Parts: sequence; structure tokens; C-alpha cells
Amino acid sequence: MPMKVVVCVKQIPDPAGELRLDPASHNLVRDGKLILDESDSYGVEMGLQLAEQAGGGEVTLVSMAPHSETSGLRTALAMGAAGAILVSDRALEGTDALGTAKVLAAAIRRAQPDLVLAATESSDGYTGTVPVQIAELLGLPSVTFSKKVTVNGDKVLVERQTEQGYDEVEVPLPAVVTVTAGVVEPRYPSFKGIMAAKSKPVEELTVADLGLDPASLGAGGSRQQVVSVVPAEARAAGEIVTDDGEGFQQVLAYLERIKVI
Amino acid sequence: MPLGTIWVVIDRVGDKVATVSLELLSKARELAGNVEAVTWGDPSSIATEVGAHGASSLHAVLDLAGGLPGPVVAAAVAAKVQSGAAPDAILVPQTYNGRDIAGRLSARLDRPVLTNIVGLEDSGDGLVSEHAIFGGSEVLRARFTDAGPGIFVVRAKSFPAEASGTGPAETDTWESPELAATGAAKVLSSHSEQSEGPKLDEAPVVVSGGRGLGDAGSYQLIEDLARLLKGAAGASRAIVDAGWVPYSHQVGQTGKTVKPNVYIACGISGATQHMVGMKGSKNIIAINKDQEAPIFSIADLGIVGDVKKVLPQLIEALEKRA
Ligand SMILES: Cc1cc2nc3c(=O)[nH]c(=O)nc-3n(C[C@H](O)[C@H](O)[C@H](O)COP(=O)(O)OP(=O)(O)OC[C@H]3O[C@@H](n4cnc5c(N)ncnc54)[C@H](O)[C@@H]3O)c2cc1C
Ligand SMILES: Nc1ncnc2c1ncn2[C@@H]1O[C@H](COP(=O)(O)O)[C@@H](O)[C@H]1O
Repeated sequence: MPMKVVVCVKQIPDPAGELRLDPASHNLVRDGKLILDESDSYGVEMGLQLAEQAGGGEVTLVSMAPHSETSGLRTALAMGAAGAILVSDRALEGTDALGTAKVLAAAIRRAQPDLVLAATESSDGYTGTVPVQIAELLGLPSVTFSKKVTVNGDKVLVERQTEQGYDEVEVPLPAVVTVTAGVVEPRYPSFKGIMAAKSKPVEELTVADLGLDPASLGAGGSRQQVVSVVPAEARAAGEIVTDDGEGFQQVLAYLERIKVI
Repeated sequence: MPLGTIWVVIDRVGDKVATVSLELLSKARELAGNVEAVTWGDPSSIATEVGAHGASSLHAVLDLAGGLPGPVVAAAVAAKVQSGAAPDAILVPQTYNGRDIAGRLSARLDRPVLTNIVGLEDSGDGLVSEHAIFGGSEVLRARFTDAGPGIFVVRAKSFPAEASGTGPAETDTWESPELAATGAAKVLSSHSEQSEGPKLDEAPVVVSGGRGLGDAGSYQLIEDLARLLKGAAGASRAIVDAGWVPYSHQVGQTGKTVKPNVYIACGISGATQHMVGMKGSKNIIAINKDQEAPIFSIADLGIVGDVKKVLPQLIEALEKRA
């Protein structure tokens, strides 16, 4: 049975670069080039593998990003996704997790997927709530924190991380599943994949196209505000010694001093 | 003026209350006149502990029907809020189940949610939450701007859990409305990967290893040292992602927050996402061969050296003492 998979992919400022907040809005500055959130590369890979295992089907990406950004989407398309839906609109500036979920849910509804994949949390926002909010808005079941996912006919079997180990959870499709980092090994886009990605369809939509109420989105719809951002209390550096073969003695002495041994 | 009522979601680990929920109860007691707890499953075994930490009542959604707590508990809480019993705030622990509950609740009530909270204070005009950003180098304070119960998702170890000596919480049950498809995920079985020794987030000593260990086999050094110090073994994400150790060992932004008496970082560079999970430790010792490693900037004692040399010496010396 061919399977239609939607993977939510967030395009984010490179976490290795300098991250900063806009002093006025306190939002993360997303002016420069955005990249595919590494956390979502696992979802993309998982989606591609599951579609293959199901004997066909395809992976559609869904992303909400400012300035019609597509560079992160192109990376995921180069990995093998068939196409993408991108929601980009000035009205979305300052949108919170729930607003993001409303936008993504509306976009996903158009794709009518059997399975929606997302990461457990994004690298820059890390609220970890967007996928579950999407599930609730779409009236779908969800399984979060998956460390193993297999499809079995019209059901998905998941090993879900728990405090003590893991639960085996079964969920009928359609469903929302979030995957943890390391769940699969994301493939590197091949040269052929990169070339092919350039001509794959990216449907760009606005808030109006989705029929959403702009008042419930953007900074106004977020119903929260940043009060202040201040430097945290710094922790003073202590003593640094170079190991000359006796460094372990210093550790022992320190542990003795704080009465651990 | 203190808040009237706060609801606290009680997550459970096996048949015990998750410590983070006790931390939230203690904080809620400080902030509000009345604290009520919400949980699932049989409440009788935990009513005493929940009461001792400040809850006057414990509402339980009894039957999950084999499903996950998220949709069921969120639906029950939402129904209560919509029936007019709304509290001033709802505190949810940032656990696997807690996030599911908060996300679903937020969508059901069409209420925003604040996550990754590490501090809460009453500004006199509503609650203000604190968030550690950029690896904990800056503190961001935020608040909700409209009326209605705020949903606050709080990280473990943000507050001390303190029993106040009050009696058991009064228990009652909350019904969950019909869930339709949202409740369709079913738990088939639970698997425990119990490690011996104290739990990572409760141990007084945490010894963590990173990529500097060189290979998976060398993690044994971390486990040996942890055992000798009666502590727990932790890890950086680099070696979790590499498959050397299970995710349950991970310390940091996407792992556990730890605040032991002493944290020993071995072959860990000190990325911001790692430090945010351990910089609250009372004492920090770091062993790293690169003297420029950022971890040294927060270490009380730093040893510039090779973990493959220092750790075996340390282990041998401790074994001799034992
Ligand atoms: C969104 C996001 C979330 C993240 N969450 C987490 C998280 O929760 N926890 C986490 O830990 N990381 C997290 N990370 C990853 C983090 O950014 C770092 O990549 C990771 O912490 C690095 O792990 P490490 O210190 O073991 O490895 P490296 O950074 O590679 O450091 C290895 C260190 O070992 C030293 N070394 C090498 N050989 C030796 C030797 N023989 N003896 C002594 N020292 C030696 C090196 O000098 C170096 O400093 C996250 C990243 C992102 C983007
Ligand atoms: N703007 C977005 N576009 C696409 N997917 C997103 C977006 N925001 C969040 N997600 C998905 O939801 C996951 C969790 O995000 P968060 O709730 O921000 O931690 C992400 O890893 C993505 O898979």
C-alpha cells in the first residue's frame, strides 16, 4: 500500500553561527540564510525509508519560514522528498508554537497524508509542543519521542522513549509521530539528488491561501511577551592545572575537600 | 497578592511520583493559596506524598484505556477549564508525557504555552517565567498577555522539592470526554533499561564522558569512576548520537538537567547545549586535553590532560582506598 508521508521541516539559522535576539521584538534574528534543522533530517530519512518499505508512496515536506526561504527545503528535497509546501507570510512574524501548529496543520490538511513525521523538538525553538498541537488540531493520535518506527499495514509500531526505558506503542494511521535524533542515519544528498532538487515543486502559500485568521497568528496572536533578557549570573572559573602525571591527585584532593571521599 | 489556585500535573515513573512534579508542587504552594494536583491511574498510592508537598486535592483520570496519558489527561483538564473551574495557572513538568499533555491542552483550549521554564515568580500582575537561553548565558523572562489560565511547562531541577508536612491530598476522579481518533495510540508493552546505582538526575555525583573518550569501550572508565564515587554516569550528546551509550545518559538541553554536588566532565568540550544541563552543579571538575575547551570556563578544577591517562590513575587510586 503506497504511503503518503508529510515531514515537517523547520529551516533555522545555522546553530554553529552567532545567534542573537532582535533587541526590539526579542525574536531570534532569522535574516540570513536558513538551513535544514538537523533534527528534521532524521524525520526526512525516516519518511523516505518508510515510504520505500510500504512499497511506494512519497514524502512531502511542510515548512513555515520567513522570506520565502527554501534552502533548507532544497537539502531535504535533495535527500529524496518529492515536493514541498512552504508557508511564508509577513503576517507570521513572531508566531508562537500554537500559531505555528495552526499554520502547519492547515498546510498538512491539504496534503492528506497517512503519516506526519516531525522532530521531538526544533534546535532553535525547542518548545517540543508543535507536533502534538498539530495532532490535536487535526484530530489525530500521536506518539512522541520515537526511537524506532516501523509500519505494519495501516498501523505504525513505535518504540517510545520513557524515563525508565521504552514503551512499545501501536498507532493506527493517519497519525503524527515525532522522532528523536539518531533514530536513523540521514543520507547525504547525492549530486544527482541535488540537481534534481532544483526542479522539484515547492508550493508557496500565504495565510490567506490557508484560510486562517491572521489575528490568531504573528506576534499579536501569540498572547505572550518577553519582559526582559539579561545576562545570567556568571560562574567564576576555578583553578586550571596541566597534568604532569599527578593530575589525578588534584582531583582526589578536591573530592576530599568537598567530602565526597 | 498571591494567586488563587494553581493546578499541577503529576507525572509518574512506575508507581512513583516524578520528582519534577514534587518540585512544581512546592513552587506552586509558594505562589498560590490553593494547589491542586492532576494525575492519571490509581491516585491512592501517591495522595500522601502529593499532599505533603502542598496539594489540597488530587484529581485522577482513572482509566487511560491502554493509551498514552497525553490526549486523555489534556481532554479531562480542558473539560474542567471549560466548565468554569479554571485555575490561575497550570504547571506541567517538562517530561515525555508532560509535553504531550501541554501541547494537546494548549490546542484544545486555544491557549498559548510557555516551555523550557527554569524559574517562576509572581510579578504582582501575573506570573513571569524564566528561561535559560543561549546555553544559559542569558536569562529571558516572559509572561502571558491575556487572561485565562497560562500553561507553563517547567524543566526538572528548577525548584527544590520540599515537603511541608500537610496531610494527604483528597482524591477524586475526573472524567475524560470521548476522544475519538486522538486517543488511538495504545501501549503494548513497557521495557525497563534499569541501570544499577543512583539515577542520573538524583545522584550526588555525576561522572560524564564525551567524544574525548575516543571510543565506545572507554566509556567503561566513566562507569567505573561513577561506581567508585557512588554516582551516576552521564554523557554528552555526541556519544549518545554515536550510539556509544543510550539516550537516558544524555545531559544537556535535549537531555537531563543535573545539579549534583559534583559533576566530573571527561573529554567533553563544553558546548552551550551541554553546559545548560549541568552548570547548576555545586562543584565542577573537568578533564580535557585542550586547555582552550569552553568547559574550563565554568570548572572549579580543570585538569588539562588525557582522559585515557588521568581516569585509570584516578580509578586505581580510589580502588586502593576502598
Ligand atoms: C539543538 C541542539 C541540542 C543539543 N543538545 C545537547 C545536549 O542535550 N547535550 C549535549 O551534550 N550536547 C547537545 N548538543 C550537542 C553539542 O552542541 C555538542 O556537539 C556536544 O555536546 C559535543 O559533545 P562532546 O563535548 O562530547 O564532543 P566534542 O565537542 O567533540 O568535544 C570533545 C572534547 O574532548 C577533548 N578530548 C579529545 N581527546 C581527549 C583526550 N584523550 N583526553 C581528554 N580530552 C580529550 C577535546 O579537546 C574536546 O574538547 C546539542 C546540539 C544542538 C544543535
Ligand atoms: N516553522 C516550522 N516549520 C516546519 N516544521 C516545524 C516548524 N516549527 C516546528 N516544526 C516541527 O515541529 C518540531 C518541534 O518543534 P518545536 O515545537 O519548535 O520544538 C520541529 O522539529 C519540526 O519538525
